[in-house]
Amino acid sequence: MSTGEALLRAQALTEMRATRYAARKRVNIIALILSMMAMLFGLFWLFWILFETVRLGTAGLTLSALTQMTPPPNDEGGLLNAIYGSFLMVTLATFVGTPIGVMAGIYLAEFDTKGWLANVTRFVNDILLSAPSIVIGLFVYAVVVTRFKSFSAYAGIMALTLIVIPVVIRTTENMLQLVPPGLREAAYALGAPKWKVILSITMRSARAGVVTGILLAVARIAGETAPLLFTALSNQFWTSSLSEPMASLPVTIFKFAMSPYENWQHLAWAGVFLITLAVLSLNILARVLTRQKS
Amino acid sequence: MTMTLTTEKTQSAKIAVKNLDFFYGKFHALKNINLDIPEKKVTAFIGPSGCGKSTLLRVFNRMFELYPEQRAQGEVVLDGENLLTSKQDVALLRAKVGMVFQKPTPFPMSIYDNIAFGVKLFEKLSATDMEERVEWALRKSALWNEVKDKLKQSGSSLSGGQQQRLCIARGVAIKPEVILLDEPCSALDPISTAKVEELIIELKQDYTVVIVTHNMQQAARCSDYTAYMYLGDLVEFGATEQIFFKPNRQETEDYITGRFG
Repeated sequence: MSTGEALLRAQALTEMRATRYAARKRVNIIALILSMMAMLFGLFWLFWILFETVRLGTAGLTLSALTQMTPPPNDEGGLLNAIYGSFLMVTLATFVGTPIGVMAGIYLAEFDTKGWLANVTRFVNDILLSAPSIVIGLFVYAVVVTRFKSFSAYAGIMALTLIVIPVVIRTTENMLQLVPPGLREAAYALGAPKWKVILSITMRSARAGVVTGILLAVARIAGETAPLLFTALSNQFWTSSLSEPMASLPVTIFKFAMSPYENWQHLAWAGVFLITLAVLSLNILARVLTRQKS
Repeated sequence: MTMTLTTEKTQSAKIAVKNLDFFYGKFHALKNINLDIPEKKVTAFIGPSGCGKSTLLRVFNRMFELYPEQRAQGEVVLDGENLLTSKQDVALLRAKVGMVFQKPTPFPMSIYDNIAFGVKLFEKLSATDMEERVEWALRKSALWNEVKDKLKQSGSSLSGGQQQRLCIARGVAIKPEVILLDEPCSALDPISTAKVEELIIELKQDYTVVIVTHNMQQAARCSDYTAYMYLGDLVEFGATEQIFFKPNRQETEDYITGRFG
């Protein structure tokens, strides 16, 4: 091959590269514009929702909204019994659901990863995870409420627990699977028994992720209306008895927002603002925890 | 192929492997291995990837038992007892036969607790005794001077080389008799590697050391005996100088001189 020929080939290659590069750049710009538009579209609605929530929510949020009971139509009142009911039922459901979920997650990730029982559990758990919450509400209604012939906070807690468990199982299992196998082997190589390896090594490495999963489950049930509508129902008055119907923020919002009474509508907005604030803080807390891990 | 490869008669064997076969499911990974690992010496396993050297190492502390599809047949005699059929609890075996892995694996806890974790499994020590033990293990693995002021810091805050020495210290702390090293330097830079190699030579005064390595210079530098393995067979085993300078078999020579592998 002569030097002239080589030069020509080199030139052709340079030109080809320049054309291909220009084409890649065009595709890049188009893709970038499309993604930016999608992002702006999403953010637009999100910020609008947040803005309206804050605007109408803070307007309805007076001191009496936090200190008084839900009022009759066109009367002074607040949301205290609903806030208390939500707090109590969400807390108890989390306390019941978390240990069950975490232990089942440990079983799936550490004890029986491939057996039939694990596969059945995973399958059922996936169904439960994606079941519409109204189905869970109706199930608890049929099983508990009709049998005891009374709406009760117990039934509400049970419905919320059934939503917490699959979320916690899934995140615990996934987080434990992310722990590098080498870490487990290193602990076994020291002669550690299995329970010790799980408690001191794998659960400790996965801790931030598991806690995040629990927080996200709490955030989810804090805003659920459908499972409480058929179970805990609502209550216009203060009650701390779990065997009576109990008010909760989502159900109260549902009831008040649909009403024609102006003071109820204001309180509904205040409730929406409170729930949004609580869920937002839980999500931020979850983010901070996962960031600390990495 | 049946060969009985033994070291000099004067040397007592810490671990004697007899007719060992190993299977991953149906795959025959180790074929009739026979060798004696001498006490208080460094024995190196070399060979191309997939030849079974790590597999053999993981038989010595029954690590393979974590995976149900893996099984070993034959005899591996440690201190007069076949550890494959022994009724002894596997935890007690692992207290006697420690292991360090390819990638440093600090536990998610402080440097101090990383070392104390293993000790607490087998011994109940007072706080001062535990402090002494931690210092002893860290000095033994040449890490004490670098970490003595930050024992409460997380183990993962250390550099890769320091982490690996921490893992060695963790193994040494429970006072094993045998230390298995599975490519301990493959993730380390040359300076850290040199430190770990010095440490290996230091360790053989008190421990029987078995090291798997891809680095033939490393085997030549720090081992007393070398085993060359290929495709699940033990091709040749002998004193390191003999394997490197006048190997008996052509395959060994080809591998060592870099014509193959």
